[in-house]
Amino acid sequence: MAAETAPAPASPTPVSTAPGPPAPAPLAGWGPPVPLTGWGRTAPTAARTLRPRSAEEAARAVRGCGARGAIARGLGRAYGDAAQNAGGAVLDMTGLDRVHAVDAEQGLVVCDAGVSLHRLMRLLLPLGWFVPVTPGTRYVTVGGAIGADIHGKNHHGAGSFCRHVRTFDLLTADGEIRTLTPDDDLFRATAGGMGLTGIVLRATVKLLPVETSLMSVDTERARDLDDLMARMTASDHRYRYSVAWIDLLARSAATGRSVLTRGDHAPLAALGPRAARTPLAFRPGSLPAVPRHVPPGLLGRGSVGLFNEFWYRAAPRRRTGELQKLSAFFHPLDGLPHWNRIYGPRGFVQYQFVVGHGAEDALRRIIERISRRGCPSFLAVLKRFGAGDPGWLSFPMPGWTLALDIPAGLPGLGAFLDGLDEEVAAAGGRVYLAKDSRLRPELLAAMYPRLADFRALRAAADPRGVFVSDLARRLSL
Amino acid sequence: MKDAFGSPQSLLILGGTSEIALATARRLVARRTRTVWLAGRPSPALEAAADHLRELGADARTVSFDALAPERHEEVLGKVFAEGDIDLVLLAFGVLGDQARAEEEPLAAVRVAQTNYTGAVCAGLVCAKELRAQGHGSLVVLSSVAGERARRANFVYGSSKAGLDAFAQGLGDALHGTGVHVLVVRPGFVRTKMTSGLKEAPLAADPEAVAEAVETGLRQRAEIVWVPGALRAVMAVLRHVPRGVFRRLPV
Repeated sequence: MAAETAPAPASPTPVSTAPGPPAPAPLAGWGPPVPLTGWGRTAPTAARTLRPRSAEEAARAVRGCGARGAIARGLGRAYGDAAQNAGGAVLDMTGLDRVHAVDAEQGLVVCDAGVSLHRLMRLLLPLGWFVPVTPGTRYVTVGGAIGADIHGKNHHGAGSFCRHVRTFDLLTADGEIRTLTPDDDLFRATAGGMGLTGIVLRATVKLLPVETSLMSVDTERARDLDDLMARMTASDHRYRYSVAWIDLLARSAATGRSVLTRGDHAPLAALGPRAARTPLAFRPGSLPAVPRHVPPGLLGRGSVGLFNEFWYRAAPRRRTGELQKLSAFFHPLDGLPHWNRIYGPRGFVQYQFVVGHGAEDALRRIIERISRRGCPSFLAVLKRFGAGDPGWLSFPMPGWTLALDIPAGLPGLGAFLDGLDEEVAAAGGRVYLAKDSRLRPELLAAMYPRLADFRALRAAADPRGVFVSDLARRLSL
Repeated sequence: MKDAFGSPQSLLILGGTSEIALATARRLVARRTRTVWLAGRPSPALEAAADHLRELGADARTVSFDALAPERHEEVLGKVFAEGDIDLVLLAFGVLGDQARAEEEPLAAVRVAQTNYTGAVCAGLVCAKELRAQGHGSLVVLSSVAGERARRANFVYGSSKAGLDAFAQGLGDALHGTGVHVLVVRPGFVRTKMTSGLKEAPLAADPEAVAEAVETGLRQRAEIVWVPGALRAVMAVLRHVPRGVFRRLPV
């Protein structure tokens, strides 16, 4: 263990006895309130932040967080308000960044919750191991991956992140630290529980063995949605990873035209002599960051339509066995730091939902509605999910998931997405809380059947509501 | 909490019988707003407004509030905030007054100023403190183009709105970075009971148009909106018209 150097926060005392609302609590270590948003840069709210450097500091921070509670925040990649806590406390977990142990024989890593998947990849790839699940960005923390029970392109085979978590330590509202396994109710409530059951401090994760850091990728174009779904249904099981980029601006006969990319980690034998010298090298490239101030409306129907057209035309009709860098295959947008700024000051919303197998008609109707309305959404993603996992608020379920980005300033977008929600809920589907910033609270129970259990567990384990976020307030989680 | 489009879930209206405010409330209730507080002097009209919002599905409650009793604002509004977060405060009270009478009876002019300006300053500051403590929320202040440049025909009202407008802009700057957002709304002539009997000015709007502009301003996190938008250009010109000419203009 590294030495604790940060000053200890003052002992927790009840905040302010003066009449009126409590003034910002004068606790040592807490900064002044700062505005925070999610990755979508909508709905900023202010919270005091603290960056604990140890489990003890985190526990002290939770005990002294004040009347408006606390929530953990990792790298801020949740699109909506999941890691915001207006008027309260936000624990910046990136200070808990130690990797405690790597078992290179068994493929297990024990690390703090603030360790990013990027860091794990840099550390583990040279040892021949890869994270079991990676989303479209490496810049998420292990704690966030558990809290959102994230999924990746391998969901149809590997399930979501928490399926690969053997145990984790959870700091609960009473200040205790509990070690949980998948058999515990609290584990299942925390997997996908958006940080509302406590703060994940440390986790043991099972890794995936790889021979190289390159990907062997098959690319094909699908001329419309039916063509795409047929291809995915027929042969997704032959690939570890599968995802389709779908052009939601294409209309009529071309509705749902897409580029399907599927692949697996390249075996050593597939590498040329030069690449085979450093098969496990991990060198993600990066462009300059997007400037801080970008005018609104850059991504309109014209520019996005043009981009999508180009993307579709540039993709090969069919290509197999192409070797790609791991970062290019999994995390293309990570190569453009602060890419969320290109949507301008008003930000954007990401809408991601899943509908089950058998609800293909609903998916078709939704895609037609989006396409007819002409939402300027570039690079929407369609993915076929496999079996779901036992997290009570875990998002994935067997079926089809679609994710799209839309500029938040678009007039009438709120009502339009509400209409899509109705369609999703009626088809027995759900929207992803890690991406949500606008769901109508009344629909939540229909989408997440175990919501009542989740609420009951929270009420029992955290009666004072210590763990709370803007998301929780907005949706009455 | 407000959603990504600035739609609030809870709303506090100061001046609960204001037609502009109620048009805004109807619009917001159709979106996400479930809790509405109508603050105003107790009256059948206030209760009727609450009943109407309840019919639309809102949990509407009334609270006794008087702009002319600033010493009670902290207590009255504090109770509202103690019941739960308020996502949006709509500061909508104001009186037009009678310019001719105000020039004869200075105390009548003082009442206009106390309602529109000092009353709003007090209520605005009380709400700002509460919003700052909860770390989020919007304060929407109904100003007026009349405050942009005082006119011979209604300079008492105009000066009170000029003060309010400047106050609200400053408050918005003071609250920048606290999670609280201040939106100044500058409507032109709005067809309401306050203006009934007056000759309609060019670019007149309905309360619904103001409500729509408020909703758009919230979505865009704007700091100032004009209703209709064309007034911004018109006033930009009028502001620079020389005094001698402005005096003779039939505005």
